[in-house]
Amino acid sequence: MAEPYAESPLATYTDVLERSSVRGQLRIAEEPFLAQVTVRVDPKSPAAERVGTALGGMLPNQSGEVVLAGDLTVLWLGPDEWLVVGPEGRDRDVQERVTAALDGEHGAVVDVSANRTVLSVTGPRARDLLNKGCALDLHPRAFESNRCAQTMLARAGVILVRRDAEAPSFWLLVRSSFARYLADWLVDAAEEYRSGGGEP
Amino acid sequence: MSNEFRLADGGRIDRDRPVRFDFEGQQLQGYAGDTLASALLANGVHRVATSNKYGRPRGIMAAGAEEPNALVQVEAPFPEPMLPATTVEVRDGLQASGLPGKGRLATEEDPARYDTMHTHCDVLVVGAGPAGLAAALSAARSGARVIVADADTEFGGSLLGSGQTLDGRAATDWVRRTTAELAEHPEVRLLPRTTVFGYYEDNYLVALEHRGDDASSRQRIWRMRAREVVLATGAHERPLVFSGNDRPGIMLAGSARTYVNRYAVLPGRRAVVFTTNDSAYAAAIDLHDAGVEIVAVVDAREVVSTYWASLCVERGIRIHASTGVVSTSGTDRITSAHLSSLGPEGNHPTSVRQVVTCDLLLVSGGWNPAVHLHSQARGSVRFAEDIGAFVPDGTDQAARSAGAVTGVLATGKCLTSGAEAGRDAARAAGFDAELARVPDSKHAPILAARHLWVVPGSGDSDGTTQFVDLARDATVADVRRAVAAGMDNVEHVKRYTTIGTAHDQGKTSGTLSTGVIAEVLGVGVGELGTTTFRAPYTPVTFAALAGRERGDLYDPVRVTAMHDWHVEQGALFENVGQWKRPWYYPHSGEDMETAVLRECYAVRSGVGMQDVSTLGKIDVQGPDAAEFLDLVYTNKMSTLKVGRIRYGLMCTADGMVFDDGTVTRTAEHRYLISTTSGGAANVLAHLEDWLQTEWTHLRVHLTSVTEHWATIALVGPESRQVLADVAPELDVDNDGFGFMTWQEGNVAGVHARVCRISFSGELAFEINVPWWYGREVWEVLMAGGRPYGITPYGTETMHVLRAEKGFPIVGQDTDGTITPHDLGMSWAVSKKKDDFLGKRSFSRPDTARTDRKHLVGLLPEDTNLVLPEGAQIVEQPELGEPPVPMLGHVTSSYRSAVLGSGFALAVVKGGRDRVGETLYSPVGDRPVPVTVTEPVFYDKEGARRDG
Amino acid sequence: MLLIHCPWCGARDEAEFRYGGQAHVDRPPDPNAVDDREWGEYLFVRDNPRGRFSERWVHSAGCRRWFDVVRDTATNEMSAEVPSRSGRR
Repeated sequence: MAEPYAESPLATYTDVLERSSVRGQLRIAEEPFLAQVTVRVDPKSPAAERVGTALGGMLPNQSGEVVLAGDLTVLWLGPDEWLVVGPEGRDRDVQERVTAALDGEHGAVVDVSANRTVLSVTGPRARDLLNKGCALDLHPRAFESNRCAQTMLARAGVILVRRDAEAPSFWLLVRSSFARYLADWLVDAAEEYRSGGGEP
Repeated sequence: MSNEFRLADGGRIDRDRPVRFDFEGQQLQGYAGDTLASALLANGVHRVATSNKYGRPRGIMAAGAEEPNALVQVEAPFPEPMLPATTVEVRDGLQASGLPGKGRLATEEDPARYDTMHTHCDVLVVGAGPAGLAAALSAARSGARVIVADADTEFGGSLLGSGQTLDGRAATDWVRRTTAELAEHPEVRLLPRTTVFGYYEDNYLVALEHRGDDASSRQRIWRMRAREVVLATGAHERPLVFSGNDRPGIMLAGSARTYVNRYAVLPGRRAVVFTTNDSAYAAAIDLHDAGVEIVAVVDAREVVSTYWASLCVERGIRIHASTGVVSTSGTDRITSAHLSSLGPEGNHPTSVRQVVTCDLLLVSGGWNPAVHLHSQARGSVRFAEDIGAFVPDGTDQAARSAGAVTGVLATGKCLTSGAEAGRDAARAAGFDAELARVPDSKHAPILAARHLWVVPGSGDSDGTTQFVDLARDATVADVRRAVAAGMDNVEHVKRYTTIGTAHDQGKTSGTLSTGVIAEVLGVGVGELGTTTFRAPYTPVTFAALAGRERGDLYDPVRVTAMHDWHVEQGALFENVGQWKRPWYYPHSGEDMETAVLRECYAVRSGVGMQDVSTLGKIDVQGPDAAEFLDLVYTNKMSTLKVGRIRYGLMCTADGMVFDDGTVTRTAEHRYLISTTSGGAANVLAHLEDWLQTEWTHLRVHLTSVTEHWATIALVGPESRQVLADVAPELDVDNDGFGFMTWQEGNVAGVHARVCRISFSGELAFEINVPWWYGREVWEVLMAGGRPYGITPYGTETMHVLRAEKGFPIVGQDTDGTITPHDLGMSWAVSKKKDDFLGKRSFSRPDTARTDRKHLVGLLPEDTNLVLPEGAQIVEQPELGEPPVPMLGHVTSSYRSAVLGSGFALAVVKGGRDRVGETLYSPVGDRPVPVTVTEPVFYDKEGARRDG
Repeated sequence: MLLIHCPWCGARDEAEFRYGGQAHVDRPPDPNAVDDREWGEYLFVRDNPRGRFSERWVHSAGCRRWFDVVRDTATNEMSAEVPSRSGRR
């Protein structure tokens, strides 16, 4: 049987997002099919240390901290909750490694790869665009590179990740069912940059 | 008659950019930089509006947002009602007319866009007059993130209209240089045309930016969180109360000065100036020097300033000390002012009047600090005797006031207090700030003002033309009537007289009305205080507040992986929470009833398919998961074996049904539970609440996985065959795949979890695949089912099918007052468990009553009738006199293909004991007979679920 | 828009939170052992003071953790936030 056809939540939005990008100013695109695994474990337990090691780094223990471990990005979501994001197809490997590291101790490992999709928003206009719907202070003084936050963007819950402070670059992790709403919102909010509008 | 009153040079208008506009059918010309008010005055138009209660002619009184009179309706470029002409920028094509108080909303759709911007800063400076600019300078130089917002089109505040000098040069030079420096700071954001209209808790301020009709968004709401706030909001000039103080041509003195200096417009040819303080003299001098004949300066004080007197003498301007204007003449424009000697303070006037011909009367009763934002932030105010007005007196917010809002009126003091406030604010925000140097200003000595509320000896003794609030047509007579009715509090008088409640929120009339009330009551002004200041400071359109949240972006539209397929098949959609769910799939020419009957028939006789991805799904993991689920479900989940599924009911602690769904045990310490489509977030929050705050000893983790899965319900006698065809590896036999069990395996080449559960009574499979494969698997199933006549169905058919089986829908057949026992679902309530949410409440006397409303079936005698949902149920065919005792109401009602009739579910008082009885339901104006039945209408034996 | 300090995520807008009512309303350890009146009070009766009030909030749009604060109901001033970890109902 042929490989089944997989369709990401924003598969039909590729062109729309591309058109709403502004060269050198703003780029919005879906990064589909990334592996995402929720990990829950007591951060003070030896199991947490083992999980960190298994993932190739430490589990971030500061509010909103992001740890990069090889091709994995580990997001702090709560005092005992993390989201491991990796390349497409890594979900099974991550689950197995974390499950093995837990070694029967209480924790949770859940594949949530399809639960959210990832939008990347990059460019000098990215911050202004996001602040049209996000109440967080995204100034580099307040929200540095490799920080994340669970918050609201417009009327959708998102996990917001700042990936690079040099050229502003954000990831928006959004529930698959909200992805089109959020994409529509971003395209609408980006309209003024596309039409060459002035300083926001 | 074009710009007859425009000075040949000067002003801040752009004479290279003339604009044509239309006012009440007259084609007029103004310049870029004009407001509608200044352009009208340049054309000699004073009468702009008509008062809303008495229909009196009204003119332009002020030059800013405090304008109480000159309301216009803008017709083009887009209809907008009730704008003060003093705040409308003229532009080519502007079309406006004066208003008699009320405006008219546009009937066509607004093509403009509106949006919102969230921002944060270390120091927010509200107001860009001398104090605000100096504050911004101190703060900006420290490297702090600074926002400067000002309602005006350009920064400078009073400096734009005063014609004064700073450091020996035009003050506007300093404004320009300062603004340019601020714009250079990378962390400074300058927001002209931006009114900060609301000041909320924790230094959250909201502003409205007018970006222009051609901007990508016409207006923008700024939502700002500031570490520190500097309020440099300035002051509004206070008018004076005398008979006929409302005629066109009567203008605040400072505003007249602004018209001359900023707009190069003469507001009249022959003016009388009536004042209680020094500030109006500057207006008299500026107007005189611009060519206006100042017939008289009428000063209420016995002793006038020698400084200003000498300037007047130089110009031949006559000063009448200890005199007041007590009345005026004129209809569409003032024609004369009537002067009367006032005598010393506290005494009544003695002498007769003198009539002075004029076409302009400037008034100044002092200055009211604009304490609005300070007060909105719960700052307190105190009455400052020196200026006869209320000034800020401390706040718990991280805010400070600077400049005229604090009661200091001299420009030099405003600059200094601003620079200090900016420095202090930046320091408080953690920056090493220095005091910015402020420019030198010429300082005129200030002589004490006389506080005059109602001018003694005013022409009409009953006060009916002595206006306190011009926007509301409220007079001294109204205040007297309120006090006579027993009101001795400004808040009460405000509500009785409506003073201060118009579009201008009493900016000019607020302190004045307190003064008048105090005078009528015979108490001190400070004792009475002010009315409460509330947001918004100036009116804000709903469109601006809505911003981007309108039309398709009004609320998130949640869709499933198969949404496009449903759209392509012509499905109509139903909103379930934020979800769009296919409602039914009409064939061409079908109405809803026909389509639903067809879909129902297909499912009961062949095979149908529904997208049920919207059901909430929560992964429950941990060694204590079973114990936890036993506590939150009414039935026992710990006994469920791995590989099996159980239906479960959740109650809140009061015993009322909260949600329902299935519980699938996927491993010894792991379950997957489903929730209703609309209830997913609430159920997760409810479970987390109990887990985190009550049963903290339980080792359980909850993870929402709703959108990880696309879920397809394959339903009907032929469903087994369809599944077998596309999932050959799966054992679909009844023996191998029993009811309420699940299996994993390939479906259409995708690893899937398949559950045998049914919400219709038919043989059914629920196929779960990761979201990405939802559309693919759906289409393969559709194709595979084609030989069996597979029919996609929507929520309406699902509702009918489940109702035929008497399955309730939480939120439709329940409303938070229904227990599992009320639903007849005692079978789902464990009698063995010691404790679970809701259990204790079942034995509360009210919950245990036997005559509670029960879920029952209803069959209308008229089989063609479908009862309206919500219809009441009554005992008797005659309603009789109200109140008619109600027994309950219809919760679900449909036409059934298999029953060949309408049928309904209802909650009816003592319903289970009434089965077989005939009750009545008022439909239209007649009660129709219905028979009470068991809630299960179809396949009572449950023979169909195994196919 | 209050600024509420989530003990885990820091200061966030009020809109990210949901209110949970009075804190420290203990669920009777054995609900079957209390009489109807006591049970009814546990379910329905809450304080409503002017002034300091211990109450529960959940950071619903963030980390989903419940916590307690003391809020002055007259001024909305919040303080003394601690993670809500035991018997807070």
